[in-house]
Amino acid sequence: MAARYGLRVVGLGYLAVLLVAPVGLVFWRTFEHGFSPAWHAVTTHDARHAFWLTILIALIAVPANTVFGVALALAIVRRRFPGKGLVNAVVDLPLALSPVVVGLALLLLYGRLGWFGPFLERHAIHVVYALPSMILATIFVSLPFVVREVVPVLREIGTEQEQAASTLGASSFQTLVRITLPAIRWAIAYGVVLTTARCLGEFGAVSVVSGHLVGRTETATLYVQDQFEGFDLTGAYAASVLLALIAIGTLVAMNAFRPKEETR
Amino acid sequence: MASNAAAAAVVGSPRPLRVRAPVAQGLATMYLGFVVLLPLAALVWRSTRAGGHGFWAAVSAPEAVAALRLTLVAAVIVAAINAVMGTVLAWVLVRDRFVGQGVVNALIDLPFALPTIVAGLTLVALYGPRSPVGVSVAFTRGAVVLALLFVTLPFVVRTVQPTLLELDVEMEEAAASLGAGRLTVFRRIVLPNLVPAILSGVALAYARAIGEFGSVVLITGNLPFKTEVSSVYIYGQIQSGAPGTAAAVSVLLLAISLAVLLLIGAVRRWAWRHGS
Repeated sequence: MAARYGLRVVGLGYLAVLLVAPVGLVFWRTFEHGFSPAWHAVTTHDARHAFWLTILIALIAVPANTVFGVALALAIVRRRFPGKGLVNAVVDLPLALSPVVVGLALLLLYGRLGWFGPFLERHAIHVVYALPSMILATIFVSLPFVVREVVPVLREIGTEQEQAASTLGASSFQTLVRITLPAIRWAIAYGVVLTTARCLGEFGAVSVVSGHLVGRTETATLYVQDQFEGFDLTGAYAASVLLALIAIGTLVAMNAFRPKEETR
Repeated sequence: MASNAAAAAVVGSPRPLRVRAPVAQGLATMYLGFVVLLPLAALVWRSTRAGGHGFWAAVSAPEAVAALRLTLVAAVIVAAINAVMGTVLAWVLVRDRFVGQGVVNALIDLPFALPTIVAGLTLVALYGPRSPVGVSVAFTRGAVVLALLFVTLPFVVRTVQPTLLELDVEMEEAAASLGAGRLTVFRRIVLPNLVPAILSGVALAYARAIGEFGSVVLITGNLPFKTEVSSVYIYGQIQSGAPGTAAAVSVLLLAISLAVLLLIGAVRRWAWRHGS
């Protein structure tokens, strides 16, 4: 009995010191003078622009990675083609890369001295230090999640039902929409939740390619850093709490989707 | 035999259906190449432009070496702490019963969902220069370890938990009935079954730790030769207009990450063969 309580105290104590106390303190600091200073801090022009930009980027990156993620998962599980092993490995790569390295790679491709730099400059297309590179960076880092969630489910459901459908005369599109997609819908939903969380929280890669232009290329996470370094703690804490609330919402969504996937 | 195998091959692994047109597959592969491979190719190309000597000069600069050593050593410490605490937490979540267990279980994933810069800010608030509890690790190497522990918390817990759930309690009961003590049962029965999962989680945590950026920038102060990790060093080189140096160190970091990824694959296959 003593050992059990001992482990419980050690485990929960570790969690409290590392996770709960720091996050709790930021919530406390944000609301210690009431709700309105925090509300004012996240509704300034720059803060609103930063959150809007984060949402805009997610609105482009999440659907792109969902559609192509499902297509990639189908290619990995259902098809055989040369270079399939490479595709499978490359999908995992963003998980193992430092976000700063991702940002640098994009600079070296689209930046002034990059491969596409001269071409883009000649046609006055702004990619680096502008929205396109921030979207590309976010898509890069959040690419694996839908694929990783859908691949094991596709493996498990097998092809019998799809074959039955096509034997009965269903077209390939009908089979996809009526058989395959419904079977993997919870995996897709879970992957989308993870992708969204990653997109909204992206910092390092976007920090490198955005140029931190206040009110122009500053996302919510960059705004937190700039406010903290500019000694506007109220602004930094309030924006952090808003991001943390979104993260907690993500957790709730994750827990809502996961059991369904398991009892499938 | 042979006809059975042939029949199994026909039933078990049918020809890939023609349902998903090759066009979709081609587009998806192109997307992957365009989003991931092309930028990385530009990165590797840039790192080799200065030749072998230039590459070596970039990665062997004293500040770069100090940053890399700190990154790798801190990641080892973090991985070791995670191996122990992650297993303890998984154990507490699976074998213990207490009020609020569901909430604790959900909290484990919070570091995955929380933006890294927010994680860093919360740590500065509690363990920074203006710490309300009077404990400041700011601008020390302890801060690097603390930040990395925060962001890597879920990995070992989430790999060990399912294994522990599937583990047959009867084995432990049998050992206990034969006179084994609690510690002996854990050491001889439980732990050997968990090792593949722990190793897999530790490798994931290590890979994540060596590339971490957002959570360390606020609390470590990014002091060269002291608290500057590799990703922060690369960031500094980009900002000071030395993309070649940044690219060389990036490629080295990339190579280490790839090695860890391959190791994870090897551990998984090993665990598969020694499946419990």
